Amino acid sequence: MSLTDWLSTPENWVFLVIALPMLAAAVKLVTTTNVVHAALYLVVTLAASAAVLLLLGAEFVAWTVVLVSIGAVVVLFLFGIMITRAPMGREATLSHPRSVKLAAAAVSFALFALIGGAAVDAFTSQPLTEPADATRTGALGEVLFTRFVIPFEVVSVLLLAALIGGIVLARRDPGETAGGGL
Amino acid sequence: MNFWLELLLKLALILAVMLPGALVVIFGELKISAHMQSRIGPYFAGGRYGWAQPLADGLKFMQKEDLVPAAADSMVFRLAPYIVLMGTLATYVIIPFGPDLVVENLDLGLFYLLAVSSLTTLGVLMAGWSSGNKYSMIGGLRAAAQLIAYELPLVLAAVAVAVQAGTLSLNGIVASQAETVFTIGGFDVALPFVLKGQIIGFLIFVTAGLAELSRIPFDMPIAESELTMGYLTEYSGLRFTMFFLGEYAGMVAMAAIVSTLFLGGYYLPFVDADLLNVVGPLVLVAKVGLMCFLFIWIRWTFPRLREDQLQTLAWRWLIPAALVNIMLTGIAKVVL
Repeated sequence: MSLTDWLSTPENWVFLVIALPMLAAAVKLVTTTNVVHAALYLVVTLAASAAVLLLLGAEFVAWTVVLVSIGAVVVLFLFGIMITRAPMGREATLSHPRSVKLAAAAVSFALFALIGGAAVDAFTSQPLTEPADATRTGALGEVLFTRFVIPFEVVSVLLLAALIGGIVLARRDPGETAGGGL
Repeated sequence: MNFWLELLLKLALILAVMLPGALVVIFGELKISAHMQSRIGPYFAGGRYGWAQPLADGLKFMQKEDLVPAAADSMVFRLAPYIVLMGTLATYVIIPFGPDLVVENLDLGLFYLLAVSSLTTLGVLMAGWSSGNKYSMIGGLRAAAQLIAYELPLVLAAVAVAVQAGTLSLNGIVASQAETVFTIGGFDVALPFVLKGQIIGFLIFVTAGLAELSRIPFDMPIAESELTMGYLTEYSGLRFTMFFLGEYAGMVAMAAIVSTLFLGGYYLPFVDADLLNVVGPLVLVAKVGLMCFLFIWIRWTFPRLREDQLQTLAWRWLIPAALVNIMLTGIAKVVL
């Protein structure tokens, strides 16, 4: 498919409008020196990825990204940053030594090649030709609770274990002295 | 109809519902609080009852200077009110005013609702951090801790409704409240979910909703007497107005969601389905007015909770109660 063909489809324009800011935000996310700004660029990146998922008709996954990744994970990041050593205002706090930058770049490209390669290899024979219809949430729930019920339960138990672990780490028993922590 | 034209019209419609709704509730709060606490409410603006007071307030805010403190992170500071208002406005998309009077009847409406309303937390944290002020910072942190804690009972109470209705679509939830439960002398009686076993869910949802709106008795984040105005301290002019409008628009949205999930939404018994498109909005507005009055009544009656009481209420009482409620609903759904 030539570039002009590709550009003649309206969906591709929408994709560009979403993907270019997403790329820019992703680059800013790792280059900014302010840790709170980095978290906010992560929000933009995640929101754009949710928009791409919407474009592909994966409505449920898209809103899950918004609810879990933006609404819970990033909010907890921000909360954690602010409650510990919040640099208020414009103070620059992150430094990027050259060796760290190079190592990070190498790891990112390796990961990109791995995931991208795997995705292209797996799905290249079955492209989405039509503008995809939205997946019905009911159908998704049925698959989740029949065919994938064991992985689902395994993940639930894993999360429960993490939850209990978190409480054990954070909790102070009555006998302990109130030193060390907060 | 042209897709873009339709989209523009729908967006304009959301604004046309949200702005007057917020203004009416602001006016209602001014007058009702005046009557409840024997203080003098608005008398003069616009003549009778001082009805133009909210408009006058709006104009006053608009012509004030839009200050950005020197210590503030100006970009984040400027963006925060938009994020808060966006999270609130987005909830209006799926509120059904009649069988066909809904901006977009999403298949996973309830899930969408919870996803977009979590954006508000982000905006509040941004406002608190970027102001470069200790009061704002503490207010932002309190707000985030509170919104995280009360999002859970809110979601869990809504889950029980979704289980009972068998759908996540808000139109579907209203439709399942319009089904006949029993018949008395030829009249088909339909019951809203609050009377069909979701009374605990309703109480949890309203309590958590009040906390999500940061209204008294859950107004720790802005507590004037200890934090000046919390994360709002440094805001002025139009940006403060956006937070202010967002707060009251959020109250209207929350009232509409409570009405839709638990009180039958736009449905009125003995009214034809075609006629519901005309009567429905009025029915919903009446229910929203009732819920807003309840919110205002609570605000001017109860004292503010302490931070630890607030967290205890959410984690020790509301969340376990909501989990038990889901379990009972699930059992009832399978057995009945």
